[in-house]
Amino acid sequence: MKSLKVYAIFYLIFLYAPIFLLPLFAFNSSTVIAFPLDSFTTEWFTTLLTLSEMHGALLSSLKIAVTSAVLATSLGIFAAMAVSRYSFPGQKGIMGFIMLPLVLPEIIVAVSLLIVILRMGFSTGAWSVIVGHTLICTPFAIAILQSAFASLDPSLEEAAYDLGETPASTFRLVTLPLVMPGIISALLISFTISMDEFIIAFFLTGAEPTLPVYLFSMMRFPKLLPAVMALGTILVVLSVLLIVIAEFFRRRGAKRTGNDTGGFL
Amino acid sequence: MTTAKKDRKTLISMQNIQKHYGDYHALRGINLEIGEGEFFSLLGPSGCGKTTLLRTIAGFEDYDSGYVMISGNDMRGVPANKRPTNMVFQSYAIFPHLTVAQNVAFGLRKSGMSKAEKAKAAEQALEMVGLKGYGHRAAHALSGGQRQRVALARALVLKPKVLLLDEPLSALDRKMREQMQVELIKLQREVGITFILVTHDQEEALVMSDRIAVMFEGEIAQCDDPEVLYRRPKSKRVADFIGVMNFLSAECRVEDGKKIVNVAGLGETEVADDQCPEGFPDGAATVGFRPETLTLLYEGQTATHREAAATIDEVVYYGDMTYYDVRFDGVDKAVRISMRNIFGRDVLEVGSRVRVSWSPGALVVFG
Amino acid sequence: MVEKLRRFFRTEKGTGLLLVSPTAIYALLMLAVPLAAVVLISFWTQNGVRDFDTTMTLANYKEALTDPLYRQLMLRSLMVSGLVTLITVLLAFPIAYFVSFGVKAEHKSLWIFLITIPFWTSYLIRVFLWKVILGYNGVLNSGLKAVGLIEEPLTFILYNVNAVIITLAHAYAPFAILPIFVALEKIDRSLLEAARDLGENRVMTFLRVTLPLAAPGVVAAVLIVFIPTIGDYVTPRLVGGPGGLMIANMIQTQFLRLNNAPLGATLAVLAMLIVAVIAIVFVIIGNRAAGQKGARK
Repeated sequence: MKSLKVYAIFYLIFLYAPIFLLPLFAFNSSTVIAFPLDSFTTEWFTTLLTLSEMHGALLSSLKIAVTSAVLATSLGIFAAMAVSRYSFPGQKGIMGFIMLPLVLPEIIVAVSLLIVILRMGFSTGAWSVIVGHTLICTPFAIAILQSAFASLDPSLEEAAYDLGETPASTFRLVTLPLVMPGIISALLISFTISMDEFIIAFFLTGAEPTLPVYLFSMMRFPKLLPAVMALGTILVVLSVLLIVIAEFFRRRGAKRTGNDTGGFL
Repeated sequence: MTTAKKDRKTLISMQNIQKHYGDYHALRGINLEIGEGEFFSLLGPSGCGKTTLLRTIAGFEDYDSGYVMISGNDMRGVPANKRPTNMVFQSYAIFPHLTVAQNVAFGLRKSGMSKAEKAKAAEQALEMVGLKGYGHRAAHALSGGQRQRVALARALVLKPKVLLLDEPLSALDRKMREQMQVELIKLQREVGITFILVTHDQEEALVMSDRIAVMFEGEIAQCDDPEVLYRRPKSKRVADFIGVMNFLSAECRVEDGKKIVNVAGLGETEVADDQCPEGFPDGAATVGFRPETLTLLYEGQTATHREAAATIDEVVYYGDMTYYDVRFDGVDKAVRISMRNIFGRDVLEVGSRVRVSWSPGALVVFG
Repeated sequence: MVEKLRRFFRTEKGTGLLLVSPTAIYALLMLAVPLAAVVLISFWTQNGVRDFDTTMTLANYKEALTDPLYRQLMLRSLMVSGLVTLITVLLAFPIAYFVSFGVKAEHKSLWIFLITIPFWTSYLIRVFLWKVILGYNGVLNSGLKAVGLIEEPLTFILYNVNAVIITLAHAYAPFAILPIFVALEKIDRSLLEAARDLGENRVMTFLRVTLPLAAPGVVAAVLIVFIPTIGDYVTPRLVGGPGGLMIANMIQTQFLRLNNAPLGATLAVLAMLIVAVIAIVFVIIGNRAAGQKGARK
């Protein structure tokens, strides 16, 4: 076990090494991304402020991420309730298909949506990215919400009903508060996935790029690389922050219902 | 026997309740009358339909045909939240996001009481179940026994006509269970409302109930008070389910209008009509008798009724009691005898020859 | 009829179907229909910029399967994806084993959380960082030069298949760990004690009990890495160079650059078909292997 632990620690370092490089070069004054480091600067972050195109991309990314998160979580609630409460004909097939985007290469999702959209005579834009992101975020939302609904003792709802509440007020007074941590967690995860997603956005974004698409275009210009590092740092910090909050809510929900299955997947 | 209880007013009346889950016939024509203020138990092995029947009364389960009446009102189409029944769930179903007091006051939301009145009612209910001063505690921090009490208080605060309890003690350890049994009996006497308890534990049902309905495979096999159920089970299956019952084969015949049973190893005796719940069989039969109706005779003791010779097969020592498995002469099958241990009297050894006293009136004859 | 429907939706089956229907309909419209469209268009021919000849033809498939360029890309994608899967799963198993057996119960979810965090950060940025690390003047080369280990920068590490494999193996590491970890967690610990009690040593216990019981997790890990990597676009594009490109890059080129959607669709369909066939074969082999080791009733 001891040698395994050493291996595990090296493995973690390997996992995190690239991410740790981000802030190193984001705050490094040299325009070349290489060792040895030069001196400390926040210049690259100031550069970001001047890139007005980036602000537009950030705005459209936020818009897309919020909408996709709300849609995916709503769709997730329906599906998670259905599978954790009821058994229905074709359940395995239907759920398998809904969860398919988890393993389907994103380029397939992107290409197939693009074909349909263009064929139907629509033009791509933020809305088509939202459609694609909702599709790929829903399986994650379902996975989180399903464990939230599954750990909810069904007799709690029966008890509320038995004590005089209607099905609607039971949902509001008992179900919703108890799965709320799961819902928040699903929203945050979906938001993060959408914010970071590149391929679907690349194919479907149309005239206004999202932040990752804009970042991708920046990567072609060596002059902009330090700024890419700065923007990357911000994005990674934001993602990690959101994920930590999501995990906090997921655990709080698990603690309340007294059932921690651990992990998102 | 408790004849006084027979003049109770009927509160719940069920007629020919039928229920299917797909192909599975869960309830097969249930007929039952439960009185006001009665402590009633539904007893049976798992899968016998007792919980389904309880949930039918609560309004959680639909049924195919038949009637459930409470206080003379047909309950068909009345949802669980509109019925004068409240339930204590097997898992207790304490809302983990609310405090103890909020849990207890949950059902009072639409009662029209003021906030202070609700708080007072909740506090009184908690006091009744022995949880005075626990109101501010978080529900998820309670022990099993405390959750059970909160569930009781939460149901009783609504003053239902019927309290339904679904295996409420099964999650507790033995000591706690025995303590709660006594408390539940006291509580029921105090509030005076009808309790309907679902349990698979025959001892629990015997201890707590005014009357017990024993269910097998969606049917009520027998509905009686505990003493009758124990002494005069109506079928071999009920006899076997309630407590320990010894069975020996026998031959039956009628002679001069007398019902004569010849029990293997015990000999011939006459039996009365009430000892033959399934009617008096002609020819081969089975005879059942409880372990405590047999007594081992020590040196110098004489039998009060009849006597038979036997050999001790096995001895199981329980401290206050000793169980002897003995074989009557000429019989292959062992029967169990329970003897209270008396200080200064030795426990007998395996292989000893003994005389056993038995009373003909304790026999029950099955076809 | 209406009454009949209403009654159906009040049964358990009906309520379940009704509840799942918004999500299912969404997946049907936005995933099933588009996927079907890809299949359909793969039999068409591109005429003009946005104009298709809708006569059904196998010409695209003929081209895709005979042109050595497409065949090479397909084979390379398979090879890269297979190697990445092998490397990730082999590297991941000890980690999953360590977290499941070597970490105290209360620290397990923290470890799993630490392992999964990088997965939630931008994929694009992580891949780009490998380009920065492996580049000619990159972090690795400049670092090695600075400490005097090399004189000339290493060139075999960027803009080729090696770089693609390293980067993908890094990106999919958490994917491989989780299913194996879940399978290991499910193993009843008393089974291992029983094996020891029956006379097996640690190694044999691992081989005869732990490994067969973890097999479903390994199968899941293989699939969850293999299927998406074969269609990866970003990694070959950023670190692969011309010699490291994969099928997804060609699909993108056909769609967005060459404006030949039908051929792009054909390549996408072929890629999905190959993945599906391999995945199914693998699941069958995996099931049989687990069955032979007595893990089945």
